Amino acid sequence: MADLNKIKQDHRRFKQIVRGKIKQNLREYMTNGEMTGKQGKDIVKIPIPRIDIPRFRYGSKDTGGVGQGKGEVGDSLGEGEEGPGQGEAGENEGEKGLEVDVALDELAEIMGEELELPNIEPRGTERLQTIRSKYSGIRSVGPESLRHFKRTYKEALQRQISSGEYDPDNPIIVPTREDKRFRSWKETAMPQSNAVIIYMMDVSGSMGEEQKEIVRIESFWIDTWLRSQYKGLESRFIIHDATAKEVDRDTFFHTRESGGTMISSAYKLALKIIEDDFPIEDWNVYPFHFSDGDNWSVDDTSECMRILTDGLLPRSNMFCYGQVESPYGSGQFIKDLNEKFSEEDRVVVSEIKNRDAIYDSIKTFLGKGL
Amino acid sequence: MSLPSHLWEIKEHIREVALEFGLDPFETIFEIIDYDQMNEIAAFGGFPTRYPHWRFGMEYEQLAKSYEYGLSKIYEMVINNDPSYAYLLEGNNLVDQKTVIAHVYAHTDFFKNNYFFSRTNRRMIDEMANHGARVRRYVDRFGIEIVEDFIDTCLSLDNLIDYHSPFTDQRRSEPESELTETPQIRAKDYMQDYINPQEFLDRQKQKLADQDVKNKRFPIEAEKDVMKFLVEHAPLDSWESDVLSIIREEAYYFAPQGQTKIMNEGWASYWHSKILTTRVLDGSEIIDFADINAGVLASAPGRLNPYKLGIELYRDIEDRWNKGKFGKEWDDCDDLQEKVAWDRELGLGQEKIFQVRKLYNDVTFIDEFLTEEFIAENNMYTFGYNNKSGHWEIDGKQFQDVKSKLLDQLTNFGNPFIYVKDGNYKNRSELLLHHKHLGTDLDMSYARGVLKALHRVWKRPVNIETFFDDKGLVLSFDGAEYTESATTYERI
Repeated sequence: MADLNKIKQDHRRFKQIVRGKIKQNLREYMTNGEMTGKQGKDIVKIPIPRIDIPRFRYGSKDTGGVGQGKGEVGDSLGEGEEGPGQGEAGENEGEKGLEVDVALDELAEIMGEELELPNIEPRGTERLQTIRSKYSGIRSVGPESLRHFKRTYKEALQRQISSGEYDPDNPIIVPTREDKRFRSWKETAMPQSNAVIIYMMDVSGSMGEEQKEIVRIESFWIDTWLRSQYKGLESRFIIHDATAKEVDRDTFFHTRESGGTMISSAYKLALKIIEDDFPIEDWNVYPFHFSDGDNWSVDDTSECMRILTDGLLPRSNMFCYGQVESPYGSGQFIKDLNEKFSEEDRVVVSEIKNRDAIYDSIKTFLGKGL
Repeated sequence: MSLPSHLWEIKEHIREVALEFGLDPFETIFEIIDYDQMNEIAAFGGFPTRYPHWRFGMEYEQLAKSYEYGLSKIYEMVINNDPSYAYLLEGNNLVDQKTVIAHVYAHTDFFKNNYFFSRTNRRMIDEMANHGARVRRYVDRFGIEIVEDFIDTCLSLDNLIDYHSPFTDQRRSEPESELTETPQIRAKDYMQDYINPQEFLDRQKQKLADQDVKNKRFPIEAEKDVMKFLVEHAPLDSWESDVLSIIREEAYYFAPQGQTKIMNEGWASYWHSKILTTRVLDGSEIIDFADINAGVLASAPGRLNPYKLGIELYRDIEDRWNKGKFGKEWDDCDDLQEKVAWDRELGLGQEKIFQVRKLYNDVTFIDEFLTEEFIAENNMYTFGYNNKSGHWEIDGKQFQDVKSKLLDQLTNFGNPFIYVKDGNYKNRSELLLHHKHLGTDLDMSYARGVLKALHRVWKRPVNIETFFDDKGLVLSFDGAEYTESATTYERI
């Protein structure tokens, strides 16, 4: 009979190869954002190009095939590129490429290796605790489905020997109700370090679809990485034009406002959220702000700098600003930040000209290990 | 795990019924296994002892997933070997198991008696284990990366074999060109000018010269078994050469299963239906059986179900030979009503289908027995891709179109015809392959992938001449880059 280890070995090799391919193509995945749409709770679906073995074959569109069933000439057999199989099943394999499930943890690991991201030393004490239950205890009552056979047997054996009922020539053990032992859970408190990401985005008229898509892709990778570094990760979302408001993730990526831009409004709101919900001794705080670099006035910009220096920076691990280029923005804000915080390690800025720049931008943001 | 006793009895009963019907299967050993084992063995193509390779792991992942998601499950697997091995899925209901057992006996009958299986190794289980051991030894010596990479290379080439070569004489006839004199017909002196006129002598001379040129070629005749050519002539290390032969041998072993897919599955479906409904099932089981059988024979748009096509064709043949619907008289008859009512009460149906399962493969089976009436009755059509609408569409129902398209697909397994044309191309030890263009262009990006693999084996620049976009084309790869150049394409 088959030795199950054998297929496990081949399976492991396959996973290794997939991992290698992801690594090789990480820049591409980071650029096209295809996989961010296929995210489950703990896994993400990743299309792997060309893992199939190339063989001489016909170009597929020319061929078509033979089918059987109802239908008249001209009837469609189904939509789109994939099309029906051609006679024999499996002939179209490879055409579609292969989608594999990759655990987000693993993806983060690959990302860490490829981008050479340092691990983060969580700040503060691990004061927050989560309660985990583990089935490691034993009780004398419980449901039959949790009965611990070995322990029950032992109890019964002990009892029968000590009461002289045990006959070595006829070793039948009959447990009574008192002998029965059941598995049960124990609760353990595990300290963990938590982090919150506060995403802020300029949704004024000058930020277009493409700019938002870039922000969306970036946030996916930032989430993935920080989630691998902290046990508990929360995200909060703030959109702003001249005023700021907190929204959910979906709204964050799909809102478009018109009108002016007051960046300070967002920073104020972020500060308020941190003060209300995330005491710094318990939380690692990561504010990320994305905009096209246009701000309403010089006055507002200096207001921003003030909030950063006095409010946000003291409470955060670092502050990240990503400037996406738009045809309308002046791109002034990044210069202002650079000027003001050239000496400050914890302010990280990155200019994201287009999708190709996402890879380097992520590297800049997360490369400090703060 | 071997069969529990109640299944054992059922199996024995089904075997007896099969023998009574005239089936002649190999001895068949059944094992019952759980779905994980089934997925594993299926991933290995039926052989649990195969050489290590990542694609089995990929296969396994896909099978396991599609089982977990409830998309598909494998009911049965059967291995062409003497004795044959068959695997049943634990936890299937009894009617499933009965269906599968009957199905399996028809398969092993087919393995044993169909001509195209006659040259396959009937000890393949041992041979596969042997291959596995050899490859594992190379892995221990050279590392999994290197060996696996080379296996990938060989697999790129494993459809470049000559499916008919097991049945042809392998010896090459001696070249007959060592003659120095022009051959002529013996004649008396005075008849010489009449019997061997100058034009004739010139022609003979030319023929000889042609033959000389040809004999200097390498290979002398275009070689369809590209893998064999490479095993014999490529500058490979001995372990590489061994791996290449292993892949080639396995390709030849699996070839008849591809060559007879429709016939083999049709035969098995025909017999599981017949055995179960006439001799094995009781009334209470018929609905369950009908349900399973409907699943087996279901067809989806644009997909041809080999089980369905096969069983319908066997039934059609049986009916025609029972009623005498063949031969000159039948062919010449133009009267539709007469044809419908035709019954010569010959009763030759059973005999005929046994003969068919012995002598035919899918190509000859379709070529000979797919009739116009059959196509109309079974709603068969051709389809193609409509560039305007971006859909796959039914594009015709003409008998000749359906038949020729089906034959196109089956011939050479739907693989392009590729030959070694020149092993000393440009007199620089380059390899030149020839694609025999039969109306459809190659997929160029795949072709590039194959050339890369070929270069890994041949170690000198490799080329393939083909016809692409209505122009002759040579695609070359020298180990670093690809070039395309125009050529005058002449099909061999």
